[in-house]
Amino acid sequence: MNKNTQIIKSSLLKRKRSEKYFKYFGLTGIIAALLFLTIIITSIFTTGKKAFKQTAIKLEIFFDPKIIDPENKGTEETYKSANYKIVIKNALLNYFPSVNKRIDIRDLTNFISSSEEERLLEMILKDNTLIGTTKELWLTASSTIDVIHKNLEMLNITEKDRLIDNKEKKWFTKLLDDEKLKFQFNKTFFTSADSTEPEQAGIWGSAMGSFFTVLVTLILSFPIAVAAGVFLEELAPKNKFTDFLEVNINNLAAVPSIIFGLLGLAIFLNVMHLPRSAPIVGGLVLALMTLPTIIIATRASLKAVPPSIREAAIGLGATKLQTVTHHVLPLSFPGILTGTIIGMSQALGETAPLLMIGMVAFIVDVPGSFLDASTALPVQIYLWKSTAARGFVELAAAGVLILLTFLILMNSFAVYIRKKYEKKW
Amino acid sequence: MGFWSFSVFILIIAISAYWYGNTKALRLNSNSIEKLPSLPKYYGNYALIWLIFPCLLGVFLWITLNTYILDTILINHLPKELENSFAGGINMLVDRVKTINIDNPFPGTNPELIDAAIFLENKSNEVRAYFLWGIISISVLLCFVSLKKISFKFKARQAVEKSNVTLLILCSIVAIITTVGIVFSLIFEAMRFFDQVSIFDFLFGLSWSPQMAIREDQVASQGSFGAIPLFTGTLLITLIAMLVAIPVGLASAIYLAEYSSSTTRSIIKPLLEILAGVPTVVYGFFAAITVGPFFREFADFFGFNIASESAIAAGGVMGIMIIPFISSLSDDVISAVPQSLRDGSYAMGATHSETIKRVVLPAALPGIVGAILLAVSRAIGETMIVVMAAGIAANLTSNPFEAVTTVTVQIVTLLVGDQEFDSAKTLAAFALGITLFCMTLFLNLYALKIVQRYRERYE
Repeated sequence: MNKNTQIIKSSLLKRKRSEKYFKYFGLTGIIAALLFLTIIITSIFTTGKKAFKQTAIKLEIFFDPKIIDPENKGTEETYKSANYKIVIKNALLNYFPSVNKRIDIRDLTNFISSSEEERLLEMILKDNTLIGTTKELWLTASSTIDVIHKNLEMLNITEKDRLIDNKEKKWFTKLLDDEKLKFQFNKTFFTSADSTEPEQAGIWGSAMGSFFTVLVTLILSFPIAVAAGVFLEELAPKNKFTDFLEVNINNLAAVPSIIFGLLGLAIFLNVMHLPRSAPIVGGLVLALMTLPTIIIATRASLKAVPPSIREAAIGLGATKLQTVTHHVLPLSFPGILTGTIIGMSQALGETAPLLMIGMVAFIVDVPGSFLDASTALPVQIYLWKSTAARGFVELAAAGVLILLTFLILMNSFAVYIRKKYEKKW
Repeated sequence: MGFWSFSVFILIIAISAYWYGNTKALRLNSNSIEKLPSLPKYYGNYALIWLIFPCLLGVFLWITLNTYILDTILINHLPKELENSFAGGINMLVDRVKTINIDNPFPGTNPELIDAAIFLENKSNEVRAYFLWGIISISVLLCFVSLKKISFKFKARQAVEKSNVTLLILCSIVAIITTVGIVFSLIFEAMRFFDQVSIFDFLFGLSWSPQMAIREDQVASQGSFGAIPLFTGTLLITLIAMLVAIPVGLASAIYLAEYSSSTTRSIIKPLLEILAGVPTVVYGFFAAITVGPFFREFADFFGFNIASESAIAAGGVMGIMIIPFISSLSDDVISAVPQSLRDGSYAMGATHSETIKRVVLPAALPGIVGAILLAVSRAIGETMIVVMAAGIAANLTSNPFEAVTTVTVQIVTLLVGDQEFDSAKTLAAFALGITLFCMTLFLNLYALKIVQRYRERYE
């Protein structure tokens, strides 16, 4: 055997081994990336799922005519001015007859969320024959009780670190042992806007804000971007101006989103005096931001239409514009739509520019139009995460789950359209 | 006249104008031997364009000018005493008047303010009526003139197509206007900032504490605006992000491009792209709630004491976010290396991995560098992750377990909340903004150039 062959043969084992290791190196990269994805999703899911249920306390409520309608007038005003806190307090005292000190009574009443007073009033307004009767009701507990109920191991830590003191713990355990506590579906989360109390805060207000914002974005960016894409891909002559336009659009696609927020603040708010915190300004800013995405998608799908189609149309006497509007654009429409949906899902998840134009306020009303002050889903998540009070972190995680659900729906719709209408020429 | 009735009104005129143009053209065609040079529908379209364009322009002008006009009217109307008695200046007063609900004013509101609000409401209706009727009369007039033009000599198709192309060009120019808007608004506000703080102090100062005094005589009334701690913080976090993203992203790209079968590739690639589609606020939440506390407990275990806001938590999570950028760009670049190079290497007896290491990767290097630069520019401009997980205090350190702050975090903290727009504190955000814009712009231009040159080499 030749000496060289021997060297090669002896090194072969090592080379084969390094071949194997290199392949595993690549595989590790993919596994690591997918592992990160799984960790993120499970971590958010385990935190967020807690917010979908909330604690309720079963109490026998006596709709006392002496409190609700002492003079027996029977008008709505009297019902509205009545103090339902006392009704709830009496029900609690009825259950805990041993509590009699003023401060203890106050602590006990704090077990029930203040939103339940409103609920009792609504019940009365709906059916005033309830007055004078006793009814067993599940009342929403306050966020402190909710946190303890969700993490029962907290009962065992020392009083100093616990959220409730020893006497409250005694009441809580009594309720728990008598099976007066249960988890109910947190409907408030899906129907209300932000609140200072976690058990009364909901995602609906910010979801509406997001809806209006993305709608404005869609209305503005879709036609402009498609027009720009058609011009650049089909009609533009090759000259310095169109080259400049192209470079411009590519760069705009890579400008950090927060810079668009600064633009919105300086131009739309300070120069044009559009209303602060309004979805219309958010939509304008996000429209400018998603413009390049849709333009690039439009151009890609126009490019995918084979030239033979254009040649056939022109051969039959169509003008350039007729060729585009009658043939090329309809054929590339599924691709444009896919790009638009992806652009919209980007806009839906974008936060930083909205912070700049003031869509980051504490807003308790559900916005009803483009001009009302509102927040957006991702901003609401940011706000809840930054709130120090207990219970809001779970809300933020639940908000993330809602946001991700919307994004998954939008993206699967985009994939569906692409799969269904995609043509291989 | 409300906006919706205006829209309906315009729509009705539009339909009738189109119909009239169309039928007039048809009638001319049928009544004579000579034929019109364009199809009848183009005559309808021509009238339509002369109606719709002026309308859109008018509405655009109205939206842009409305607030300005109303504010001016209101400021002239408000009595001087009220202006002087109201803390916070005339702009705050105008904002206050606007927030008053006329039907149900908050008890205890100054009656003069309520009067002003009612006046504003009336004026606003008046201005809207002027604008909308003005728009209607001008556009109807133009539409009427264009309908009169229909004759055998008039080539409607050419006119319609020309205006359509003009519209398309205008839409493309929006991109340029946006860039110009960004550059000018940033430069304009940054210039005002540099009037108060020297540009050298800003670029090379070592201390950042933008708290301006409320009263003139307060101790330490001068905030300091040295941006070096912000730059180093940004660089530290970017570096950590790259340490996570480059190995993982590159390894996945190599595996996807060289080893995986096309079916695994078609499954794994979209999965990796999910990482790019997750909103940054979600990453920020994950960094703040899970990763930050994890590193704190990790350090606790070894007897260190660190805050849960740390550069490593923010940087690490940002790295995860960047992975798909690097992997999918590098994947494209590696796949674009011509097969002939690989075949040559195999022919010399090299193994698959040797081919990748010695032939494919060196050939693809410029493209990969371009991809990494794009990822760096992305990391520098990233906001939500660092806002939620990196900290606010400017800290000149290279210790990844300490809290640092970045350019984007400072822009957010300076501008969120109530602020007046003349103080150096808020203007500083624009100076930071232009610095950020320039950094990312140069990185992008350079990276795109590298990638483009690389593409040309193998095409």
